[in-house]
Amino acid sequence: MLLIGCPYCGPREENEFRYGGEGVPIPTDADDRAWARFLYYRDSPAGLFTERWVHTHGCRQWFTVVRDTLTHEISATGKLDEAAR
Amino acid sequence: MEPAFQNPAFLWRNPRPKPAYDVVIVGGGLHGLATAYYLAKNHAVQNVAVLERGWLGNGNAVRNTTIIRSNYLRDESMPLYELSLKLWETLAAELDYDVLFDQRGLLQLAHTRAEANDARRTVYANRLAGIDAEWLEPEEVKAFCPILNISPRVRYPVVGASLQRRGGIARHDLVMFALARAASARGVDLLQGCEVTGFRIENNRVQGVETSAGAIAAGKVGLASAGRTPLLARMAGFDLPIQSTPLQALVSDGLEPVLNSVVMSGLLHVYVSQAKNGGLVMGAARDNYVSYAQRGSFNILEWQIQAALELYPIMSRAHMLRTWAGIVDVSPDASPIIGRTPVENLFVNCGWGTGGFKATPVSGWVYAHTLAHGEPHELNAAFSLERFETGALIDEHGAAAVAH
Repeated sequence: MLLIGCPYCGPREENEFRYGGEGVPIPTDADDRAWARFLYYRDSPAGLFTERWVHTHGCRQWFTVVRDTLTHEISATGKLDEAAR
Repeated sequence: MEPAFQNPAFLWRNPRPKPAYDVVIVGGGLHGLATAYYLAKNHAVQNVAVLERGWLGNGNAVRNTTIIRSNYLRDESMPLYELSLKLWETLAAELDYDVLFDQRGLLQLAHTRAEANDARRTVYANRLAGIDAEWLEPEEVKAFCPILNISPRVRYPVVGASLQRRGGIARHDLVMFALARAASARGVDLLQGCEVTGFRIENNRVQGVETSAGAIAAGKVGLASAGRTPLLARMAGFDLPIQSTPLQALVSDGLEPVLNSVVMSGLLHVYVSQAKNGGLVMGAARDNYVSYAQRGSFNILEWQIQAALELYPIMSRAHMLRTWAGIVDVSPDASPIIGRTPVENLFVNCGWGTGGFKATPVSGWVYAHTLAHGEPHELNAAFSLERFETGALIDEHGAAAVAH
Protein backbone atom coordinates (compact mmCIF):
# COMPACT_ATOMS: atom_id res chain seq x y z
CA MET A 1 0.00 0.00 0.00
CA LEU A 2 1.38 3.35 -1.02
CA LEU A 3 1.36 6.26 1.42
CA ILE A 4 0.36 9.27 -0.66
CA GLY A 5 0.81 12.83 0.53
CA CYS A 6 -2.39 14.60 -0.45
CA PRO A 7 -1.45 18.29 -0.78
CA TYR A 8 -4.75 19.21 0.92
CA CYS A 9 -5.16 16.52 3.60
CA GLY A 10 -1.67 15.18 4.26
CA PRO A 11 -0.44 11.59 4.10
CA ARG A 12 -3.19 9.01 3.54
CA GLU A 13 -3.27 5.35 2.52
CA GLU A 14 -3.49 4.50 -1.15
CA ASN A 15 -6.97 2.98 -1.00
CA GLU A 16 -8.43 6.44 -0.30
CA PHE A 17 -7.31 7.49 -3.78
CA ARG A 18 -7.96 6.70 -7.40
CA TYR A 19 -5.38 6.76 -10.14
CA GLY A 20 -5.49 9.13 -13.08
CA GLY A 21 -2.23 8.48 -14.88
CA GLU A 22 -0.78 11.04 -17.21
CA GLY A 23 -2.59 14.37 -17.27
CA VAL A 24 -3.64 15.20 -20.83
CA PRO A 25 -5.09 18.60 -21.83
CA ILE A 26 -8.40 18.58 -23.73
CA PRO A 27 -7.75 19.47 -27.37
CA THR A 28 -9.83 22.35 -28.70
CA ASP A 29 -9.55 21.56 -32.40
CA ALA A 30 -8.63 17.92 -32.97
CA ASP A 31 -8.52 15.58 -35.97
CA ASP A 32 -9.07 11.83 -35.45
CA ARG A 33 -5.44 11.22 -34.56
CA ALA A 34 -5.26 14.00 -31.97
CA TRP A 35 -8.63 12.97 -30.52
CA ALA A 36 -7.50 9.31 -30.24
CA ARG A 37 -4.38 10.51 -28.50
CA PHE A 38 -6.42 12.50 -26.00
CA LEU A 39 -8.90 9.67 -25.33
CA TYR A 40 -6.73 6.57 -25.29
CA TYR A 41 -3.01 7.29 -25.15
CA ARG A 42 -1.43 7.64 -21.71
CA ASP A 43 2.27 7.60 -21.01
CA SER A 44 3.64 4.42 -19.37
CA PRO A 45 7.30 5.18 -18.64
CA ALA A 46 9.87 3.23 -16.63
CA GLY A 47 11.33 5.56 -14.01
CA LEU A 48 10.16 8.95 -12.72
CA PHE A 49 6.60 9.70 -13.78
CA THR A 50 4.50 12.80 -13.14
CA GLU A 51 0.97 11.46 -12.80
CA ARG A 52 -2.41 12.42 -11.41
CA TRP A 53 -4.32 10.98 -8.49
CA VAL A 54 -7.66 11.98 -6.98
CA HIS A 55 -8.46 11.80 -3.26
CA THR A 56 -11.80 10.04 -3.81
CA HIS A 57 -12.49 9.22 -0.16
CA GLY A 58 -11.19 12.52 1.18
CA CYS A 59 -11.18 16.03 -0.24
CA ARG A 60 -12.00 14.77 -3.78
CA GLN A 61 -9.29 16.99 -5.24
CA TRP A 62 -7.11 16.02 -8.19
CA PHE A 63 -3.39 16.58 -7.70
CA THR A 64 0.02 15.66 -9.06
CA VAL A 65 2.36 12.92 -7.84
CA VAL A 66 5.94 12.31 -8.94
CA ARG A 67 6.52 8.58 -8.53
CA ASP A 68 9.21 6.15 -9.71
CA THR A 69 7.48 3.32 -11.60
CA LEU A 70 10.46 1.02 -10.97
CA THR A 71 10.42 1.37 -7.17
CA HIS A 72 7.02 2.97 -6.39
CA GLU A 73 8.87 5.67 -4.40
CA ILE A 74 6.99 8.97 -4.30
CA SER A 75 9.35 11.94 -4.40
CA ALA A 76 6.86 14.84 -4.61
CA THR A 77 3.19 15.74 -4.64
CA GLY A 78 1.57 19.05 -5.45
CA LYS A 79 -1.58 20.93 -6.31
CA LEU A 80 -2.39 21.10 -10.00
CA ASP A 81 -1.89 24.84 -10.24
CA GLU A 82 1.49 24.85 -8.52
CA ALA A 83 3.20 21.69 -9.81
CA ALA A 84 4.50 21.12 -13.29
CA ARG A 85 1.79 19.25 -15.14
CA MET B 1 5.18 -39.06 -25.63
CA GLU B 2 8.25 -38.04 -23.67
CA PRO B 3 8.11 -37.68 -19.89
CA ALA B 4 6.36 -34.47 -18.93
CA PHE B 5 9.11 -33.25 -16.66
CA GLN B 6 12.18 -33.77 -18.82
CA ASN B 7 15.01 -31.47 -17.75
CA PRO B 8 14.53 -28.21 -19.64
CA ALA B 9 18.27 -27.90 -20.26
CA PHE B 10 17.93 -30.58 -22.92
CA LEU B 11 14.86 -29.15 -24.58
CA TRP B 12 16.32 -26.48 -26.83
CA ARG B 13 19.57 -25.34 -28.40
CA ASN B 14 21.33 -22.25 -27.03
CA PRO B 15 22.99 -20.88 -30.18
CA ARG B 16 25.06 -17.74 -30.66
CA PRO B 17 23.20 -14.93 -32.42
CA LYS B 18 23.54 -14.88 -36.21
CA PRO B 19 24.22 -11.48 -37.82
CA ALA B 20 20.84 -11.49 -39.58
CA TYR B 21 17.42 -13.14 -39.49
CA ASP B 22 14.33 -12.97 -41.67
CA VAL B 23 12.22 -12.34 -38.57
CA VAL B 24 13.29 -11.20 -35.11
CA ILE B 25 10.72 -11.60 -32.33
CA VAL B 26 11.31 -9.41 -29.26
CA GLY B 27 10.20 -11.29 -26.17
CA GLY B 28 10.62 -14.96 -25.25
CA GLY B 29 7.30 -15.37 -23.48
CA LEU B 30 4.60 -17.79 -24.52
CA HIS B 31 3.27 -15.58 -27.31
CA GLY B 32 6.72 -14.99 -28.76
CA LEU B 33 7.56 -18.69 -28.67
CA ALA B 34 4.22 -19.66 -30.20
CA THR B 35 4.72 -17.07 -32.94
CA ALA B 36 8.16 -18.47 -33.76
CA TYR B 37 6.82 -22.02 -33.79
CA TYR B 38 3.95 -21.22 -36.16
CA LEU B 39 6.22 -19.10 -38.39
CA ALA B 40 8.36 -22.18 -38.92
CA LYS B 41 5.51 -24.68 -39.10
CA ASN B 42 2.71 -22.86 -40.94
CA HIS B 43 4.70 -20.43 -43.07
CA ALA B 44 8.09 -22.15 -43.63
CA VAL B 45 9.87 -19.10 -42.19
CA GLN B 46 12.66 -20.75 -40.26
CA ASN B 47 15.37 -18.11 -40.15
CA VAL B 48 13.84 -16.71 -36.99
CA ALA B 49 15.24 -15.52 -33.66
CA VAL B 50 13.40 -14.99 -30.40
CA LEU B 51 15.19 -12.38 -28.24
CA GLU B 52 14.67 -12.69 -24.50
CA ARG B 53 16.23 -10.11 -22.16
CA GLY B 54 16.18 -12.48 -19.18
CA TRP B 55 15.67 -16.20 -19.49
CA LEU B 56 12.82 -18.29 -20.85
CA GLY B 57 10.21 -18.54 -18.14
CA ASN B 58 11.11 -15.49 -16.03
CA GLY B 59 8.19 -13.29 -17.01
CA ASN B 60 4.46 -13.53 -17.47
CA ALA B 61 4.85 -17.01 -19.03
CA VAL B 62 5.03 -18.38 -15.50
CA ARG B 63 3.25 -15.59 -13.57
CA ASN B 64 -0.26 -16.16 -14.92
CA THR B 65 -3.01 -18.24 -13.33
CA THR B 66 -3.20 -20.65 -16.33
CA ILE B 67 -6.92 -20.18 -17.06
CA ILE B 68 -8.18 -21.12 -20.52
CA ARG B 69 -11.61 -20.23 -21.92
CA SER B 70 -13.21 -18.72 -25.03
CA ASN B 71 -16.44 -17.18 -23.72
CA TYR B 72 -15.88 -13.59 -24.82
CA LEU B 73 -18.70 -11.33 -25.99
CA ARG B 74 -17.88 -9.54 -29.25
CA ASP B 75 -18.13 -10.87 -32.80
CA GLU B 76 -14.45 -10.04 -33.37
CA SER B 77 -13.28 -11.74 -30.17
CA MET B 78 -15.25 -14.96 -30.11
CA PRO B 79 -13.70 -16.61 -33.20
CA LEU B 80 -10.23 -15.53 -32.06
CA TYR B 81 -10.49 -17.03 -28.57
CA GLU B 82 -12.43 -20.07 -29.80
CA LEU B 83 -9.68 -20.95 -32.29
CA SER B 84 -7.27 -20.63 -29.39
CA LEU B 85 -9.28 -23.12 -27.34
CA LYS B 86 -9.45 -25.51 -30.29
CA LEU B 87 -5.68 -25.26 -30.70
CA TRP B 88 -5.25 -25.98 -26.97
CA GLU B 89 -7.30 -29.15 -27.42
CA THR B 90 -4.65 -30.60 -29.74
CA LEU B 91 -1.56 -28.71 -28.56
CA ALA B 92 0.04 -31.45 -26.44
CA ALA B 93 -0.34 -34.02 -29.23
CA GLU B 94 0.95 -31.59 -31.83
CA LEU B 95 3.98 -30.58 -29.78
CA ASP B 96 4.46 -34.17 -28.56
CA TYR B 97 4.78 -32.87 -25.02
CA ASP B 98 2.23 -33.01 -22.24
CA VAL B 99 1.08 -29.63 -20.92
CA LEU B 100 -1.47 -31.01 -18.41
CA PHE B 101 -4.31 -29.32 -20.29
CA ASP B 102 -7.44 -30.11 -18.30
CA GLN B 103 -10.92 -29.07 -19.48
CA ARG B 104 -12.42 -29.23 -16.01
CA GLY B 105 -15.06 -26.59 -16.62
CA LEU B 106 -15.05 -22.91 -15.81
CA LEU B 107 -17.63 -21.00 -13.78
CA GLN B 108 -18.02 -17.23 -13.90
CA LEU B 109 -20.07 -16.12 -10.93
CA ALA B 110 -22.69 -13.41 -11.02
CA HIS B 111 -23.33 -11.54 -7.77
CA THR B 112 -25.91 -8.96 -8.85
CA ARG B 113 -28.94 -8.86 -11.16
CA ALA B 114 -26.99 -6.71 -13.59
CA GLU B 115 -24.14 -9.21 -13.67
CA ALA B 116 -26.60 -12.05 -14.19
CA ASN B 117 -28.14 -10.26 -17.17
CA ASP B 118 -24.73 -9.56 -18.68
CA ALA B 119 -23.63 -13.15 -18.14
CA ARG B 120 -26.75 -14.53 -19.82
CA ARG B 121 -26.26 -12.17 -22.72
CA THR B 122 -22.74 -13.58 -23.15
CA VAL B 123 -24.03 -17.14 -22.86
CA TYR B 124 -26.53 -16.51 -25.68
CA ALA B 125 -23.92 -14.75 -27.83
CA ASN B 126 -21.52 -17.65 -27.30
CA ARG B 127 -24.13 -20.22 -28.29
CA LEU B 128 -24.95 -18.31 -31.47
CA ALA B 129 -21.25 -18.37 -32.28
CA GLY B 130 -20.98 -22.11 -31.69
CA ILE B 131 -19.15 -21.78 -28.36
CA ASP B 132 -20.35 -23.98 -25.50
CA ALA B 133 -21.97 -21.97 -22.73
CA GLU B 134 -24.61 -22.58 -20.09
CA TRP B 135 -26.37 -20.52 -17.45
CA LEU B 136 -26.63 -22.11 -13.98
CA GLU B 137 -28.97 -21.14 -11.15
CA PRO B 138 -27.42 -21.02 -7.65
CA GLU B 139 -28.37 -24.62 -6.76
CA GLU B 140 -26.86 -25.85 -10.03
CA VAL B 141 -23.73 -23.83 -9.29
CA LYS B 142 -23.54 -25.52 -5.89
CA ALA B 143 -23.92 -28.96 -7.47
CA PHE B 144 -21.11 -28.20 -9.91
CA CYS B 145 -18.82 -26.71 -7.24
CA PRO B 146 -19.79 -28.10 -3.81
CA ILE B 147 -17.39 -25.99 -1.71
CA LEU B 148 -18.97 -22.76 -2.91
CA ASN B 149 -21.06 -20.85 -0.40
CA ILE B 150 -24.35 -19.87 -2.10
CA SER B 151 -26.01 -18.42 0.99
CA PRO B 152 -28.04 -15.28 0.14
CA ARG B 153 -26.97 -13.78 3.50
CA VAL B 154 -23.47 -12.73 2.49
CA ARG B 155 -22.17 -9.41 1.20
CA TYR B 156 -21.94 -10.64 -2.40
CA PRO B 157 -24.32 -13.60 -2.83
CA VAL B 158 -24.03 -15.94 -5.80
CA VAL B 159 -27.13 -15.31 -7.93
CA GLY B 160 -25.99 -17.66 -10.72
CA ALA B 161 -23.07 -18.39 -12.98
CA SER B 162 -22.15 -19.02 -16.56
CA LEU B 163 -20.38 -22.28 -17.25
CA GLN B 164 -18.03 -23.19 -20.08
CA ARG B 165 -17.41 -26.91 -19.74
CA ARG B 166 -14.56 -26.83 -22.26
CA GLY B 167 -12.74 -24.21 -20.19
CA GLY B 168 -9.95 -25.22 -17.86
CA ILE B 169 -6.26 -24.89 -17.09
CA ALA B 170 -2.84 -26.08 -18.27
CA ARG B 171 0.60 -26.11 -16.64
CA HIS B 172 2.21 -22.90 -17.87
CA ASP B 173 5.86 -23.92 -17.46
CA LEU B 174 5.22 -27.09 -19.45
CA VAL B 175 3.61 -24.98 -22.19
CA MET B 176 6.75 -22.88 -22.26
CA PHE B 177 8.99 -25.97 -22.43
CA ALA B 178 6.86 -27.54 -25.16
CA LEU B 179 6.81 -24.44 -27.37
CA ALA B 180 10.51 -23.65 -26.89
CA ARG B 181 11.45 -27.24 -27.69
CA ALA B 182 9.26 -27.37 -30.78
CA ALA B 183 10.42 -23.98 -32.08
CA SER B 184 14.07 -24.84 -31.52
CA ALA B 185 13.66 -28.19 -33.27
CA ARG B 186 12.32 -26.34 -36.32
CA GLY B 187 15.40 -24.13 -36.49
CA VAL B 188 14.33 -21.09 -34.46
CA ASP B 189 17.19 -19.52 -32.47
CA LEU B 190 16.16 -18.81 -28.88
CA LEU B 191 18.54 -16.11 -27.63
CA GLN B 192 18.38 -15.68 -23.86
CA GLY B 193 20.09 -12.78 -22.10
CA CYS B 194 19.69 -10.76 -25.29
CA GLU B 195 18.04 -7.42 -24.50
CA VAL B 196 16.94 -5.04 -27.23
CA THR B 197 18.48 -1.62 -26.58
CA GLY B 198 17.50 0.11 -29.82
CA PHE B 199 16.07 -0.22 -33.32
CA ARG B 200 17.87 0.44 -36.60
CA ILE B 201 15.34 2.33 -38.68
CA GLU B 202 16.06 3.87 -42.11
CA ASN B 203 13.45 5.75 -44.16
CA ASN B 204 10.82 4.68 -41.62
CA ARG B 205 11.60 1.01 -42.25
CA VAL B 206 13.11 -1.20 -39.58
CA GLN B 207 16.42 -2.82 -40.56
CA GLY B 208 17.28 -4.60 -37.35
CA VAL B 209 17.81 -4.25 -33.64
CA GLU B 210 20.63 -3.23 -31.33
CA THR B 211 20.98 -5.66 -28.47
CA SER B 212 23.10 -6.36 -25.42
CA ALA B 213 24.69 -9.08 -27.60
CA GLY B 214 25.40 -6.75 -30.53
CA ALA B 215 23.53 -5.63 -33.64
CA ILE B 216 21.20 -8.09 -35.38
CA ALA B 217 19.78 -7.34 -38.83
CA ALA B 218 16.19 -8.34 -39.49
CA GLY B 219 13.81 -8.38 -42.43
CA LYS B 220 10.92 -7.94 -40.05
CA VAL B 221 10.69 -7.33 -36.32
CA GLY B 222 7.75 -8.41 -34.16
CA LEU B 223 7.26 -7.08 -30.64
CA ALA B 224 5.84 -9.68 -28.24
CA SER B 225 6.89 -8.06 -25.00
CA ALA B 226 3.69 -7.66 -22.95
CA GLY B 227 4.28 -5.07 -20.21
CA ARG B 228 7.52 -3.78 -21.71
CA THR B 229 5.96 -3.03 -25.10
CA PRO B 230 5.38 0.71 -24.40
CA LEU B 231 9.10 1.09 -23.64
CA LEU B 232 10.12 -0.66 -26.87
CA ALA B 233 7.61 1.32 -28.94
CA ARG B 234 9.00 4.57 -27.61
CA MET B 235 12.51 3.29 -28.45
CA ALA B 236 11.28 2.83 -32.02
CA GLY B 237 9.76 6.32 -32.06
CA PHE B 238 6.03 5.80 -31.64
CA ASP B 239 3.49 5.51 -28.83
CA LEU B 240 0.92 2.84 -27.98
CA PRO B 241 -2.34 3.17 -26.04
CA ILE B 242 -0.99 0.76 -23.43
CA GLN B 243 -0.43 1.22 -19.71
CA SER B 244 1.63 -1.34 -17.82
CA THR B 245 0.51 -2.29 -14.31
CA PRO B 246 1.12 -5.10 -11.80
CA LEU B 247 -1.25 -8.05 -11.59
CA GLN B 248 -0.90 -10.26 -8.54
CA ALA B 249 -1.55 -13.91 -7.81
CA LEU B 250 -0.86 -16.31 -4.99
CA VAL B 251 -0.77 -20.02 -4.29
CA SER B 252 -1.54 -22.03 -1.17
CA ASP B 253 0.37 -25.03 0.09
CA GLY B 254 -0.57 -28.39 -1.38
CA LEU B 255 -3.98 -29.60 -0.20
CA GLU B 256 -6.28 -32.55 -0.76
CA PRO B 257 -8.42 -32.16 -3.89
CA VAL B 258 -11.31 -29.82 -2.97
CA LEU B 259 -11.94 -27.90 -6.17
CA ASN B 260 -12.48 -29.65 -9.50
CA SER B 261 -13.29 -26.62 -11.64
CA VAL B 262 -12.11 -23.08 -12.30
CA VAL B 263 -14.24 -20.49 -10.51
CA MET B 264 -14.01 -16.79 -11.32
CA SER B 265 -15.67 -13.74 -9.83
CA GLY B 266 -15.19 -10.59 -11.84
CA LEU B 267 -16.94 -8.41 -9.28
CA LEU B 268 -14.82 -9.61 -6.37
CA HIS B 269 -11.60 -9.90 -8.35
CA VAL B 270 -10.86 -13.42 -7.23
CA TYR B 271 -10.46 -16.47 -9.42
CA VAL B 272 -9.41 -19.86 -8.17
CA SER B 273 -8.36 -23.24 -9.44
CA GLN B 274 -6.55 -26.11 -7.78
CA ALA B 275 -3.36 -27.12 -9.52
CA LYS B 276 -2.43 -30.76 -10.01
CA ASN B 277 0.00 -30.54 -7.07
CA GLY B 278 -2.86 -29.49 -4.77
CA GLY B 279 -2.04 -25.80 -4.52
CA LEU B 280 -4.94 -23.38 -4.73
CA VAL B 281 -3.94 -20.87 -7.41
CA MET B 282 -5.69 -17.54 -6.92
CA GLY B 283 -5.56 -14.44 -9.06
CA ALA B 284 -6.21 -10.96 -7.70
CA ALA B 285 -7.01 -7.49 -8.98
CA ARG B 286 -4.57 -5.21 -10.73
CA ASP B 287 -2.72 -2.53 -8.82
CA ASN B 288 -4.15 0.31 -10.84
CA TYR B 289 -1.04 2.39 -11.49
CA VAL B 290 1.82 2.30 -13.95
CA SER B 291 4.60 0.05 -12.68
CA TYR B 292 7.45 -2.12 -13.89
CA ALA B 293 8.37 -3.35 -10.40
CA GLN B 294 6.81 -6.85 -10.73
CA ARG B 295 5.24 -6.54 -7.30
CA GLY B 296 1.94 -5.27 -6.00
CA SER B 297 0.38 -3.99 -2.81
CA PHE B 298 -0.71 -6.17 0.06
CA ASN B 299 -4.14 -4.53 0.33
CA ILE B 300 -5.05 -6.04 -3.05
CA LEU B 301 -4.31 -9.53 -1.71
CA GLU B 302 -6.18 -8.77 1.51
CA TRP B 303 -9.30 -7.82 -0.45
CA GLN B 304 -8.96 -10.94 -2.59
CA ILE B 305 -8.66 -13.19 0.47
CA GLN B 306 -11.69 -11.57 2.10
CA ALA B 307 -13.77 -12.42 -0.96
CA ALA B 308 -12.31 -15.91 -1.23
CA LEU B 309 -13.16 -16.76 2.38
CA GLU B 310 -16.74 -15.63 1.95
CA LEU B 311 -17.16 -17.70 -1.22
CA TYR B 312 -15.19 -20.73 0.03
CA PRO B 313 -15.32 -20.99 3.85
CA ILE B 314 -13.34 -24.24 3.61
CA MET B 315 -10.26 -22.23 2.60
CA SER B 316 -10.00 -20.41 5.92
CA ARG B 317 -7.26 -22.76 7.15
CA ALA B 318 -5.24 -22.88 3.95
CA HIS B 319 -1.78 -21.36 4.15
CA MET B 320 -0.54 -18.90 1.60
CA LEU B 321 2.72 -20.21 0.18
CA ARG B 322 3.83 -17.55 -2.29
CA THR B 323 2.62 -14.34 -3.88
CA TRP B 324 3.97 -12.71 -7.01
CA ALA B 325 3.10 -10.16 -9.68
CA GLY B 326 3.53 -9.82 -13.41
CA ILE B 327 3.44 -6.60 -15.42
CA VAL B 328 0.43 -6.62 -17.72
CA ASP B 329 -0.11 -4.45 -20.81
CA VAL B 330 -3.58 -2.98 -20.53
CA SER B 331 -5.33 -1.55 -23.58
CA PRO B 332 -8.27 0.89 -23.43
CA ASP B 333 -10.86 -1.64 -24.68
CA ALA B 334 -9.45 -4.75 -22.95
CA SER B 335 -8.66 -6.28 -26.35
CA PRO B 336 -5.23 -6.94 -27.87
CA ILE B 337 -3.47 -4.90 -30.54
CA ILE B 338 -2.03 -7.17 -33.25
CA GLY B 339 -0.74 -5.72 -36.49
CA ARG B 340 1.25 -2.99 -38.16
CA THR B 341 2.90 -0.02 -36.46
CA PRO B 342 3.83 3.41 -37.85
CA VAL B 343 7.27 1.89 -38.68
CA GLU B 344 7.35 -0.37 -41.74
CA ASN B 345 8.19 -4.03 -41.15
CA LEU B 346 7.88 -3.49 -37.40
CA PHE B 347 4.83 -5.22 -35.98
CA VAL B 348 3.21 -5.31 -32.59
CA ASN B 349 1.30 -7.92 -30.60
CA CYS B 350 0.35 -6.50 -27.21
CA GLY B 351 -2.54 -5.36 -25.05
CA TRP B 352 -3.54 -8.86 -23.94
CA GLY B 353 -3.53 -7.33 -20.48
CA THR B 354 -4.75 -9.63 -17.77
CA GLY B 355 -5.78 -12.51 -20.03
CA GLY B 356 -2.97 -13.50 -22.38
CA PHE B 357 -2.26 -17.07 -21.30
CA LYS B 358 -5.41 -18.57 -22.82
CA ALA B 359 -4.62 -16.86 -26.11
CA THR B 360 -1.10 -18.29 -26.45
CA PRO B 361 -1.80 -20.59 -29.42
CA VAL B 362 -4.00 -18.21 -31.43
CA SER B 363 -1.80 -15.23 -30.67
CA GLY B 364 1.12 -17.10 -32.19
CA TRP B 365 -1.06 -18.37 -35.04
CA VAL B 366 -2.31 -14.97 -36.25
CA TYR B 367 0.89 -13.07 -35.44
CA ALA B 368 2.96 -15.57 -37.42
CA HIS B 369 0.60 -15.00 -40.36
CA THR B 370 0.88 -11.23 -39.92
CA LEU B 371 4.69 -11.37 -39.83
CA ALA B 372 4.97 -13.84 -42.73
CA HIS B 373 2.65 -11.93 -45.07
CA GLY B 374 3.03 -8.37 -43.80
CA GLU B 375 -0.78 -8.36 -43.56
CA PRO B 376 -3.07 -9.41 -40.74
CA HIS B 377 -4.84 -12.76 -40.68
CA GLU B 378 -8.61 -12.34 -41.05
CA LEU B 379 -8.99 -13.12 -37.33
CA ASN B 380 -6.79 -10.22 -36.19
CA ALA B 381 -7.61 -7.64 -38.87
CA ALA B 382 -10.04 -5.86 -36.52
CA PHE B 383 -7.46 -5.78 -33.71
CA SER B 384 -5.41 -3.06 -35.38
CA LEU B 385 -3.78 -0.02 -33.79
CA GLU B 386 -5.92 2.14 -36.11
CA ARG B 387 -9.11 1.20 -34.30
CA PHE B 388 -8.38 3.83 -31.66
CA GLU B 389 -8.63 6.48 -34.40
CA THR B 390 -11.58 5.00 -36.31
CA GLY B 391 -13.48 4.34 -33.09
CA ALA B 392 -14.11 0.67 -33.95
CA LEU B 393 -13.18 -0.50 -30.47
CA ILE B 394 -13.70 -4.10 -29.34
CA ASP B 395 -14.95 -3.56 -25.81
CA GLU B 396 -14.30 -6.70 -23.78
CA HIS B 397 -14.27 -5.15 -20.31
CA GLY B 398 -17.21 -7.37 -19.42
CA ALA B 399 -15.51 -10.57 -20.54
CA ALA B 400 -11.95 -9.63 -19.64
CA ALA B 401 -12.16 -7.10 -16.81
CA VAL B 402 -9.47 -8.33 -14.48
CA ALA B 403 -10.80 -11.83 -14.18
CA HIS B 404 -9.54 -14.09 -16.92
